[in-house]
Amino acid sequence: MDKNDKSMITKAIGHVSFVMRKCLFSILSIGPVPAHIAFIMDGNRRYAKRHALHQDSTNPGSGHRVGFKCLISTLQYCYEMGVKYVTVYAFSIDNFKRDPQEVQSLMDLMKEKIDELLTEDSVLKKFDARINFWGDLQLLSEPVRLTAKKAMDMTVHNKGPVLSVCVAYTSTNEITHAIEASVREKQENAPIEVSDLDRNMYTAGCLEPDIIIRTSGETRLSNFLLWQSDFAHLQNPNPLWPEFSLRHLVWAVLEYQNVHGYLKKRKGEIEKNK
Amino acid sequence: MIEASVIASPILGVVFCLLHVIVSLVHTWSHLVHQIQCLIISSGLLSKYQNINLNRLRHLAVVIDSEDAKNKSKVHQLLCWLSDIGVKYVILYDIEGVMKKSDKAYEKSSANPSETKCMDFAPNMPLIFDMFGMTVEIISYTDGKEAVAKGANYLCSNYLKNQDDTLNKLGPKFTEPDISSALKAVGHDGPEPDLLLVYGPARCHLGFPAWRLRYTEIVHMGPLSSMKLSAVVKVLYDFSKKHQNYGK
Repeated sequence: MDKNDKSMITKAIGHVSFVMRKCLFSILSIGPVPAHIAFIMDGNRRYAKRHALHQDSTNPGSGHRVGFKCLISTLQYCYEMGVKYVTVYAFSIDNFKRDPQEVQSLMDLMKEKIDELLTEDSVLKKFDARINFWGDLQLLSEPVRLTAKKAMDMTVHNKGPVLSVCVAYTSTNEITHAIEASVREKQENAPIEVSDLDRNMYTAGCLEPDIIIRTSGETRLSNFLLWQSDFAHLQNPNPLWPEFSLRHLVWAVLEYQNVHGYLKKRKGEIEKNK
Repeated sequence: MIEASVIASPILGVVFCLLHVIVSLVHTWSHLVHQIQCLIISSGLLSKYQNINLNRLRHLAVVIDSEDAKNKSKVHQLLCWLSDIGVKYVILYDIEGVMKKSDKAYEKSSANPSETKCMDFAPNMPLIFDMFGMTVEIISYTDGKEAVAKGANYLCSNYLKNQDDTLNKLGPKFTEPDISSALKAVGHDGPEPDLLLVYGPARCHLGFPAWRLRYTEIVHMGPLSSMKLSAVVKVLYDFSKKHQNYGK
């Protein structure tokens, strides 16, 4: 079988998969589809260890490379399903405590993958998606910071779905930043309200997450979107992040649909009392 | 085309219902497995559940759906269980503040009312009292974001008072310890729970104060009406075996 035949078969399989996914998402959209899903992509290092990936001093980020591939496919599925906002926890301020070699490797990987996301055949281009970077970007090395800024500038006018990448981020840092900004802009005799803090969060303008998924079965939020997660359905599936696939995403949406009515009711009651 | 969609819609609807039936079956199976585990734990057959090491559990939080929280006897029963197990500090949270209004009920129904010391009820402030040697703190939605706004106003008034200070001329600059101190100054400086149990239909913290949730393990327990002591014991045992990297 020559190269052309293999490529045709691959394309055909791709088309069939796409049609089947379209069918599946049409079924799911009979119920409420979340507008915003957030992911804590936990388990890349454990995956690398478990699968004995080439992880040594020259390539400490091998698990994260596999994790990035999973991110791309998950983004594709979310956008095909009609999810408008996807947020991912890529790098916490706490992660700077890791081995410096691993941190540098992650910074290099981040720059490489941001550049990849801006190419013509990337998932962002395909869906005309916008990218945000949320966090204390001053903590990043200059090359990464500049690349992130370039990506945000290049996609700011895109009309499609949104990918928000939390990097050098913690919720408590975000709240601190919002308080600083609120104090800076405070008018005479007007107290700072919750709405002022909301407006100064990195996430201002973005809907609150409907689902927050942390892979690897861990049950904590690790300082991620704590302010925005009042009525988010918290899920912690067992697969490691590189193992997270379409069926896990479909299951997550089905679980959300089960509790959507209850969460919408509770949220409505609080907003009525404001 | 119209005929195709007329035929397809009911079929898609049937498949949709089927998917949700599968979800319900999986939940039923998980529930059954959980009931069997609880039965084994309550039988005392497994010695590992008899003496749980609670050294790492300094503060436990319980989020209860406000409808469930109206069942005062259940809440009181839960507090008694937690006290018997050896928990030293419990934070009770419900979004509407039902439990804050009910605190006198916990005082009256305790075996020895002199063991409970209550502060006066204030809807926008935490309520703290002792019960059977365990500290109980009761909070609600107003102790979350609104408390942070109060802290922000406290920091702001201090900042404006010191406007002549050279450092302040560079604009406000706060650290996370500054925020914690401000929350303390406005009476909202409760501890961060190590573990949070959610009683209600969904695993959702319903607005528990964000500043206190950084590394809290969050576990869904189901409805309060079907709470079991053995289920609480299992969660505490699992927590005692947990390991956190804290980002490393």
